[in-house]
Amino acid sequence: MSDWIPLWLHKLGSPPVFYRFAGALRPWMLALALLLGAVALYGGLVLAPADYQQGDAYRIIFIHVPSAWMSLFIYGVMAVASFIALVWRIKLAEVVAMESAPVGACFTFITLVTGSLWGKPMWGTWWTWDARLTSELVLLFLYLGVIGLYHAFEDRRQGARAAAFLAIVGIINVPIVHFSVNWWNTLHQGSTVRILGPSKMSGDMLWPLLTMMAATKFYYLASLFGRIRADLLAMESGKDWVRQIAAREEAR
Amino acid sequence: MTAAPLPAACAAVLRRDLTLAWRRRGDIAMPVLYALIVATLFPFALGPEQALLQRIAGGVVLVTVLLAMLLALDAMFRSDIEDGSLEQLVLAPQPLAVLLGMKILAHWLTTALPLIVVAPLLAGMLHLPAEVIPVLLLALLLATPMLSLLGAVLVALTAGTRRSGMLLALMLLPLCVPVVIFAAGAVAAAQQGLPWLAPIAWLGAALALTLVLAPLGCAVALRIALDA
Repeated sequence: MSDWIPLWLHKLGSPPVFYRFAGALRPWMLALALLLGAVALYGGLVLAPADYQQGDAYRIIFIHVPSAWMSLFIYGVMAVASFIALVWRIKLAEVVAMESAPVGACFTFITLVTGSLWGKPMWGTWWTWDARLTSELVLLFLYLGVIGLYHAFEDRRQGARAAAFLAIVGIINVPIVHFSVNWWNTLHQGSTVRILGPSKMSGDMLWPLLTMMAATKFYYLASLFGRIRADLLAMESGKDWVRQIAAREEAR
Repeated sequence: MTAAPLPAACAAVLRRDLTLAWRRRGDIAMPVLYALIVATLFPFALGPEQALLQRIAGGVVLVTVLLAMLLALDAMFRSDIEDGSLEQLVLAPQPLAVLLGMKILAHWLTTALPLIVVAPLLAGMLHLPAEVIPVLLLALLLATPMLSLLGAVLVALTAGTRRSGMLLALMLLPLCVPVVIFAAGAVAAAQQGLPWLAPIAWLGAALALTLVLAPLGCAVALRIALDA
């Protein structure tokens, strides 16, 4: 039987192995992210036709929508990693969860900023208390709460565990918040892109959007790997493998 | 030595917390005083026009009560952590979640109940129509226990940290958004003469869920925050 997959995964959980693995993959991820991002921007800003109703102003969705997808996706990754960290107490899972939070918070912030830039010409206002906008704002507060709690502890691992628990409480809360603000007020347009069934969007506009989505995913991985490497070095600073790396850096 | 039966242990925890609160009666008055001050400031800031105050009264009372509870939340476990009695509670043979539930109940009785008692006064100051006040009280009766329970989970998470005041507010905000929406929705519906039972029913359902889950979550959070 193929025993090597679980074996490889277990090995990957060890900090020095993951440090090397992330170091080897990171440049490729970053290169892919930049390449795909450039292609998507060219496709979205130059090749795609203008919208019959919104003119050129709609082009901000090529940043806005992938960021919004990433803000939710990263929260999901963070919650799953948190769950793994709390149940199996894997050190690496704690690091993944905690280092995902700032990246996710940035994507959430970008979503809010681009959304309000788009809202000014389209709705005539920078901000409105619409359901999706409010949910996204609450998501930003959830991210900030997790980051704040993590840094409030002096002991890193204890802080990571507490913040991981908060992330899990948060993910139960996200649908409740979304449902309740939906009931409260709604202005945002409905979904246009669907996974199942045909999308309500022209192909010229769809492919740059999906390419940008891939670019943001790769960027997230590259950024996450970089942050994890730095965090692992700081956390394991007394260990032998870190000393060896430090000695090699000294020698250079 | 055999362990005390669960009801006796619960009664002991409840009695101890209420006695401690009663010995420091001044602390109970603080959130009430704070709520009164905040509610008084609104007419000064917005002008004494009755129609405007009437429109915002329900929401202002709810937010004021929420802020006053947030102020008191920070102290929920602090003295128990300082004198080590919380660790004894964690070591006790009875289920931690139930004992913590009793502590939350004591906290609700000493902070939220006085606020609910003065809520009609606050509402009256802001000219909320008298027939809406029962709905406001009902909404507060369902919303405040939920805030105490949710707050307890977060306070337990910050138990191992020193500075937690602002952090607590940041963490509580996303959790209390639905509570505020439904509580204020019920009051607004009653004020417009619409049926208000649906948001109240949602609040009740959410309270039933939090009542079961929050003490368990609080126990998990406390164990995480205390093992150093």
